[in-house]
Amino acid sequence: MAQNRKKPPGKKPPGRGVSLSPEEYRTLAKQAEPKRNAFANAVRAFLVGGLICVIGQLVQTVYIEWFGFEKKEAGNPTVATMILLSVLLTGFGVYDKIAQWAGAGTAVPVTGFANSMASAAIEHRSEGFVLGVGGKMFKVAGPVIVFGTVAAFLVAIVYMMFHPELIKGGK
Amino acid sequence: MQLMGRQSWLFDRRPVILATGTVVGPFEGQGPLAADFDHVHDELSIGQDSWEKAERALFEEAAQLAAKKAGIAMDQVRFLVGGDLMNQIISSTFAARTLAVPFIGVFGACSTSMLSLATAAMLVDAGGAPYAMAVTCSHNATAEKQFRYPTEYGSQKPPTAQFTVTGAGAALLGRSGSGPVITAATIGKIVDFGVKDPFNMGAAMAPAAVDTILAHMNDLNRSPDDYDLIVTGDLSKVGHRLALELFAREGFPIDKTVYSDCGMMIYDYEKQNVQAGASGCACSAVVTYGHLLNRMKKGELKRILVVATGALLSTISYQQGESIPCIAHAVAIESGVN
Repeated sequence: MAQNRKKPPGKKPPGRGVSLSPEEYRTLAKQAEPKRNAFANAVRAFLVGGLICVIGQLVQTVYIEWFGFEKKEAGNPTVATMILLSVLLTGFGVYDKIAQWAGAGTAVPVTGFANSMASAAIEHRSEGFVLGVGGKMFKVAGPVIVFGTVAAFLVAIVYMMFHPELIKGGK
Repeated sequence: MQLMGRQSWLFDRRPVILATGTVVGPFEGQGPLAADFDHVHDELSIGQDSWEKAERALFEEAAQLAAKKAGIAMDQVRFLVGGDLMNQIISSTFAARTLAVPFIGVFGACSTSMLSLATAAMLVDAGGAPYAMAVTCSHNATAEKQFRYPTEYGSQKPPTAQFTVTGAGAALLGRSGSGPVITAATIGKIVDFGVKDPFNMGAAMAPAAVDTILAHMNDLNRSPDDYDLIVTGDLSKVGHRLALELFAREGFPIDKTVYSDCGMMIYDYEKQNVQAGASGCACSAVVTYGHLLNRMKKGELKRILVVATGALLSTISYQQGESIPCIAHAVAIESGVN
């Protein structure tokens, strides 16, 4: 049983147990991970993300051409329609399947955000409307809002410091 | 019952597995082992209005099936030993409320199947009960909800991730009768090699599995060729590969037996998108109590060692940056009449 036993330096319980050190094992474990195909993943994300945007553009054009919206006004109903589509796909259990294939492609802001909220709302519905749906709806989307707001605030400060008119006004 | 070496028990009375109950969800029903399970459900919801209720319904059904198949009333079962993955093992405790059998709750994450079986075997062997039952369950959606993201949330799983089995497995043990017998068990110790990625639990658990197998062989003075098959619980592709590598480095002749993993048996890698393979308490439970015991009945296997592996993390522990403590428990099962 003891043929070709390697004794790496470091801690080893006598006679039994795994003699590899945790560091050596973690290196081994890293090597054993199947490689993700980053290129294929990026191509799929590009295609699906782009397709979602094309659909959004079509919806916007429909609002402008058929329903007589101004280009500026067409944005809101377009976003609402995209949210509805995403929530429907989430509810029918399709969105997560698309996401497994598309990777970051389905994380594009409007539909991805809607999916994160709808999925959490569905999941926690059994815990009640207030503490379940209300309390946990932002479980996944919450950090996006928090850090989005913080980032916007920081950008606004930088903008204020360097904006020529505001600087002049300050003097 | 004797203590062998440091952490193993040899069961003199050889408790008999009188009957087992295995129920699974629809996705497991599409896998290659579907015919080995007692009941395949058509719906992931198991006809319940929440995932949590679905999971405990599986537990109850598996327990009742095992009792029914053995022709024993539930109130003849002296003790129920069970556990699951949910916080405070609610699936098991709520099901035990319905079953109304004195209950010993155990938690070993996905190693619960063999932890509960070893405990029940100890009870029967020590004369503490004429009949004892070991049950465990898991549900894909409750595990996703508790440990990962909402089930319908669109995120891409890495290739090291594993798919939690929806199902439950129960084994009814008795002092005498016909059926496979439990001859020995090795209780594992916590092994933590510092792996932190909850999407790579196979890698985290592999050292624990190897540690318990080496301890088992040492304690009982056995070698791999004493077994027709050694299976680990849910290491899946990545963990299985690493376990093989660790065996090789220890000079342990694992090639003298067949070494497999329940997490690689229940799904069809070609048709089912499960990344590295299966996991969950039910994984080793339904594969052992369904598929492997069926193979024993057919005479294809005589002596097997089932080594269920558990990753003992919580959502809080990994968010606080802790590594994943792991454990593995081994139970030796032999075909034969007692």
